[in-house]
Order: sequence, then C-alpha cells, then structure tokens
Amino acid sequence: MRLIGKEEVENIAIGAALLGTGGGGDPFVGKMMAFQAIEEQGPVELLDITEINDEDVIVPSAMMGAPTVLVEKIPSGDEALEAFHSLEDVLNKKIKATMPIEAGGVNSLLPVALAASTGLPIVDGDGMGRAFPELQMVTFYLNGVSTTPMVLADEKGNSAVLNMVNGEWAEKIARAATMEMGGSVMNAIYPMNGRQVKDASIYRTLTLEENIGRTIKEAKANQKNPIEEVLQLLGGFTLFSGKVIDIERQTDGGFVRGTATIEGLDQHKGDNGYLEFQNENLIVKTDHDVLCMTPDLICVLDTETALPMTTEGLRYGARVTVIGIPADEKWRTEKGVEVAGPRYFGYDYDFTPVETLHERQGE
Amino acid sequence: MTFRLGIDVGGTNTDGVLLDREMNVVHSLKTPTTDDVETGIYQTINQLITDAHVDADNIDFAMLGTTQCTNAIVERKHLNKVAIIRIGAPAGTAIKPLAGVPDDLKAILGNYTYMVEGGHEYNGDEISPLNEGKIRLIAEELKGNVDSIAVTSIFSPVSKRHETRTEEILRDVLGDDISVSLSSEVGSMGLLERENATILNASIIDVAKRTAEGFEKALNTKGIDAKVFFCQNDGTLMSKHYTLKYPILTVACGPTNSLRGASFLSDNKDAIIVDVGGTTTDIGVLAKGFPRQSSLAVELGGVRTNFRMPDIHSIGLGGGTVIHLEGDQFTVGPDSVGHRIQEEALVFGGSTLTATDVAVALGKVTLGNPENVSHLDSELLGAIYQRMTDMVEESIDKIKTSADNMPVALVGGGNVLFPDDLHGASEVYKPENGGVANAIGSAISQISGEIEKIYAISPENREEILNNAKQLAINETIEAGADSEKVEIVDIENVPLAYLPGNATRVKIKAAGDLAL
Repeated sequence: MRLIGKEEVENIAIGAALLGTGGGGDPFVGKMMAFQAIEEQGPVELLDITEINDEDVIVPSAMMGAPTVLVEKIPSGDEALEAFHSLEDVLNKKIKATMPIEAGGVNSLLPVALAASTGLPIVDGDGMGRAFPELQMVTFYLNGVSTTPMVLADEKGNSAVLNMVNGEWAEKIARAATMEMGGSVMNAIYPMNGRQVKDASIYRTLTLEENIGRTIKEAKANQKNPIEEVLQLLGGFTLFSGKVIDIERQTDGGFVRGTATIEGLDQHKGDNGYLEFQNENLIVKTDHDVLCMTPDLICVLDTETALPMTTEGLRYGARVTVIGIPADEKWRTEKGVEVAGPRYFGYDYDFTPVETLHERQGE
Repeated sequence: MTFRLGIDVGGTNTDGVLLDREMNVVHSLKTPTTDDVETGIYQTINQLITDAHVDADNIDFAMLGTTQCTNAIVERKHLNKVAIIRIGAPAGTAIKPLAGVPDDLKAILGNYTYMVEGGHEYNGDEISPLNEGKIRLIAEELKGNVDSIAVTSIFSPVSKRHETRTEEILRDVLGDDISVSLSSEVGSMGLLERENATILNASIIDVAKRTAEGFEKALNTKGIDAKVFFCQNDGTLMSKHYTLKYPILTVACGPTNSLRGASFLSDNKDAIIVDVGGTTTDIGVLAKGFPRQSSLAVELGGVRTNFRMPDIHSIGLGGGTVIHLEGDQFTVGPDSVGHRIQEEALVFGGSTLTATDVAVALGKVTLGNPENVSHLDSELLGAIYQRMTDMVEESIDKIKTSADNMPVALVGGGNVLFPDDLHGASEVYKPENGGVANAIGSAISQISGEIEKIYAISPENREEILNNAKQLAINETIEAGADSEKVEIVDIENVPLAYLPGNATRVKIKAAGDLAL
C-alpha cells in the first residue's frame, strides 16, 4: 500500500493519455476532479492486487457516454457514490475498494477521484491496460466475470440497476439509458471478489501510467529523447514516423471510424503509413505490410514533444511518430483476440503480435 | 468623398492608415505607442489627416485594433474584481470554478464564487430548473462588492436561456451599471475553459472602457464624427456597446489584422501569410479572407481557456536571428538581436552574424554595407540560407490543411529575407505597405455572426439542418450591422461526437459581410 497525491495524479494523467491509444477522452477532467477530492479529503490509498483478500468486494467504476459531454457537464462528484450505494444494496455487501476499468483516457482518473471522496482504497490494476470502445472489451469479461449487476448514475440522483444476460446486452441497454440520462453518466460495473480481481485484472497499470508520465517529464528535463525512453519502459517499437497528409472520418452508430494517411519522413521516406481507428487506434499498416494490430496498443505521438495525440486531434500537417506496444498476455489469448482482435472490428487479418510483425520488417 | 480610418495600437507602435471608399491606401504611418494610449492615437490621427490633407468631416468610419486587453490580463493590471456564477448544479460541483487558475490572479478576482441549480443537457432539456431565488440572493450579496459578474451555464452553447434569465435578475437587483458577461457569447463547448474565458472577460471591462473612451476622445478632439468600431480576433468588427460587454474577443486581434491586411494587399482570400519580424516569424492561414481558428485549448495569462483564437504558428526566425558558427557547423537562433539589429548586425558595423547578414552576403537583399560580410564562405552561407528557407517551408506545410499548393504572402519588415519561390507555394507575394498590414486589416474589417449547436444529423435531414443553421448565422450577421445584400457563409464546421449514438453532431457556422453604409 502506498499513498497517491496530486503529483502522482499529474503523472498518471500523462500516462493515461498515452495508454488511451487515441481515444478514451482527455484525462483533464478526471485529473481536476481527483485534485479537488484529494485537496478536500487527502491522498488516496493505492493497493497492490496481491494485498487484497480473496473475499473482499471490489467494484470498478467508470464514466460512460461521450467525453465531449463530460467536458461540458462536469459531474457532481456524487454520481459514483450513488452508484456504489445502489450496488451495495443489491449485493447486500460492503464494497472494500474500487479500481479503474480502463487504463486509458478519462476513465483512469475518475476512480481516483471516487476513492478520494469516499475514502475507499483504489486497486493498482484495471481491465484493459489501455482504452477500448465497448463494455465487454475487458479482461474481466474474458475471465467470465459478469458485467452485471451494474449501476448507472447521473448527477440528478437517478440510478439504474441493470441485470443483463450478457455483456452485449449490458452494452446495448446501458448506452440507451446513458443517452436518456444526459449523455454522460458514472457506472459501477463488473462487481468482483478479491480472487476474481487477482485472476482477471491487468496488474499495476496505475503505477505504469505514473512511470510513463514521469519518464516523459524527466526525459524532457534531461534533454533525452522522450519517445525512446517511453519505448524502453514499455517494450514497444517505433512503427512509422511522418506527416499526416490526409484524414477521413465518418460516424457509425456512435463511433467515429476513419483513416489517417501518413507520409513517411526520415527512415520511412518514400512510404505511406495508414492508421485505421474507431474511437481508438486499431491498425497501422503501409502499402506492403501490417505493422501493428489491435489488441496490441497503437499510440500516435507528436514527434517533437512526445505528447500523445487523440484521433480527434489528428490533422493535416501534424508530425507524428506511431508506436506499437505489446498488449497484456490476457488479450493475446484466443478469447482476447475474438473480443478485441482485428476481425471483431471488421479487418480481415489474423492477429499477429507486434514484435513478430516488427521482426518480419527487419528481414 | 468618404474615408475610413484604421488604427492598430501595439506594444511598441501605434499604426494608422486612411483608406478611401474604394479601399485604396491614401496614407499610412507609425508613431510610438504612449502610456495613456489616447495620446498616441491622437498623434497618429493628427499626422495622418494633416499629411493626407483629408477633411475630418469626411472620415465616416474609424476602426481600432488594440492589445490593451491582452496586456492587462498578462500583466494583471487594472483588472476588475469579478463575481463568478456557475449554473448547472447538481452537475459541475466536482470541479469548482477557478480550479487551476494561478493564485495571483485569484487574489485579484476576489472570492465571490457561486454554484446555482439550473443548466441544460446536450439536447436542450433542463438539468434542473433555474433557481431564480438564489440568483436574487446572490445579487443582494454582491451589491457594492463587485462591478463585474461572469455567468456560465452548462451547455449554454446549446441553450443560453438560463444565462440570459440570470442577467435579467441581476440587472433587476443591481441596475444597469453592473457589467454581466455571459459565457455563451464568449466561448464554445468545454465548461471549465469557457467559464475561465468568461471570467477573464469580466475582469477587463474597465480596461476596455478606458481604451474605447480614449479612442473616441482622440477622434472628437480632432473633430471626427465617425461610426466607431473595434476589431475582434476573428477579423470582424464590434460596436462599442458590444466591445464593452465582450472585450476578451479583442485578444490577439493584432496578428489577425496583419493576416487580413496582408491578404487584402496581395488580393488573395485563401492564402498562407508569413509575417517576418525581427525575432520571430508568424505563420497563419486565411480561408475566404478569415484566419483559421485554433482548435486547441489556449492559455492566456496562465489560464486555460477555449475562446476562439487565430491559429498562428510561430518560429524563432526573424531578421535579427543570431547565426551561431562552430567550424563548418552552424545553428540558426533561436536567440535574436531584436530591435538592436541596427547596431549589432555585421552589415551595420556590429559584430553578430544575423539572418539578415546571410541574406545580404548572398546578394538576396541590399542593406547596410555588404563589404562587412564579403569574407564569409559562400558554401556555408548557402547552407545556412537553405536551412532558413527550410524552416519557413516546413511551417508553411504544417499549417496547411491539404497537400495542395497555396499562395503565400510574405509581409513584415523581414519579408525580403526569403526567396520568391517557396516549396508548397503556388505563388509568393511581397505586397507594398506590408509594414502597416495590421492597421489596414483593422480598416477593412467586416461584420460577422456565428452559431454553434448540437444537432442530430441523418443523411435525410442533413441538408435541411445545415440550411437552417446557415440562415441563423446570416440573421445574426445582419443584426450586428452588416449589409444584408453582402453577407456570405465563411466557415462551416461539423464534427460528429464520438461515443454517442444518434449521430449527434456539433455544427458551427459563421457568416460575414460588409458594413451597411
């Protein structure tokens, strides 16, 4: 157990933007909420997964809906509390700790704010190790943890308890309810006991995010190349670097799908790179090869500053470096690839790990 | 004969220009900016009409662009005490107003912060009804304590009903002398950033008032009875009444006026403008004669805001940029001798190798004494010049929206440094009068109107929705004083919102037109 305060939160926010793989929303709102909660209630206890008891009830929490609504309709801070109380009533048990469901974007820090305002500890892990667009794309689901009972709560005091037959239904009903509740709600979801958390989580993601943030900051302070330092920390690869020359987006059932074309510079001169995304980055390829595919992480960094860029922020002329990071082993199983691999998103590829693709490139 | 007068008050110089009815430059000049602003403006006007032999009676329009408001915020000078009212509770309370605002500014603004029930959802429904009783109580409490109030309601870009009602109640209690800033007039989506921009706006009301009254006084003293307008940072004009309500919109009107002036002088409405100064070069894009706006959150005086700002890319390369030599290696800048170029550059007898010296040595420009640089190795000079050109070309490329070549206008004192042929440019212009492009930009400004809303857009209703939205923007423009015959749509932006079904799309449309004469 250790305590996390404002400085740790600051670093986590940078790491969260990177692990957001282009989506997940700006961590800014989560960061400011965590700041206020920590200022008022003090720092948050961060628990290593190995420190929790098998019978403890742990409930992840997240925002659901549009990050663009969240930045306008800032939460009251009581939504997640409300959701937790409703869920405790349903489970008839006390919740011992919370945790993020996703390590990327805004959702990595909202549970920190919740932990600070409730005094609950937060578990150092999550269910994605990155950001993904759909509720069932979590390692909890891969391990057979039920999505429901889940609770959606808004700032008006409404909370809705959902009991669904599977994750797909939970996704469908929860999204419709989210719209009616104003486009952005907090949820309490995938309630687990300690044993399930140990089996089904990706470990130490908050610490990893904090390390990413610190690495980028320190590299800049010491005039080192922050991208190189981050790759070393994450065991990742530079996939492509160049300049965005075209960007095409269309909406499709609440998702923004699109392709960015990147004209190669330096060692990639003469080649074009293509980045395909659906809220998050999913595939990156050239005219001849696929360089990295989901569920492995594809992050687009500003070549100059190493700051992560979102798919919404991409535009013509941006100088970018695309990096690939191996996903957690849990995602590389048959089930993991079925749930969040290239075919699920409609790409006709067999999942191949980024390090294998990278090796082939070298040949 | 009718004339229009354009004035641009910068930190160093007050520039002035007189245009005739056909928009020809009759006369232009620069005088030093004075501490009280008014004197400098008066001197500029006085000299302009004397030199040009123009009768004061014949000046029908007078436009002022100024950095006074920006400077006040950055230097924390003469700011108002501000009461902050956020409407939207129970939403919004997890991050209090002024979170992340620097402490020195917080101390000046005072400690009058309120969160009140009300606000709207993204679709225009109410989060909760506006708590009018509480607004009334707040108004009573503020009596005599502040003279400026910032009001921000959740989703006011979609529905500003609660903001306007709040203003009515505040006026009912506090009268018309109190200044009320509404966020829906200041910024776009993003509650915290828009609220911050509204607070900054409320803090510079008095500064704007002094500047506007100074301008009018200078005109009156000279016997000029003109319609007075103030420049916004989007290249269009505001009345005095509106300026005193929303002075924040004048921030960064200087670079905007430079861009628009350059576009006018080079007769290009879609162009990249490269403004080469002594220390930096600013690069911006004009689309249909207006600067492209930055899509990112902008910091102003250490405060995160989101009100519109021209998208300007600055690089550390200008006429006075120092070239550092080490054997046959070199670096360009980023330091500069700035306004000391007349003493420090080699061609002027100084001892520092500058970007200007490189251009002179290569025969690109005739300036000072070329003998002073004749000893330099021409191959090395060629490489340095190439690097300088590369820097500008790369910035041009970064700011473009597509791979197509675009016309490029080079303005500013250092524009002669660069070649007439740039990569990415379809043509390169170096217009005359480029030195007072900012004052010209203020004189030629138009009137505009803008709307921003979230719509549910489907392929079937798309055209109808966009047409309605366009008409709303056109109506706003005519209401603001534009000639109804000469209004056109200058910008359409529709961005689908991720993670929401129903194709919710944010639509932003802007129209502009010439002044109704």
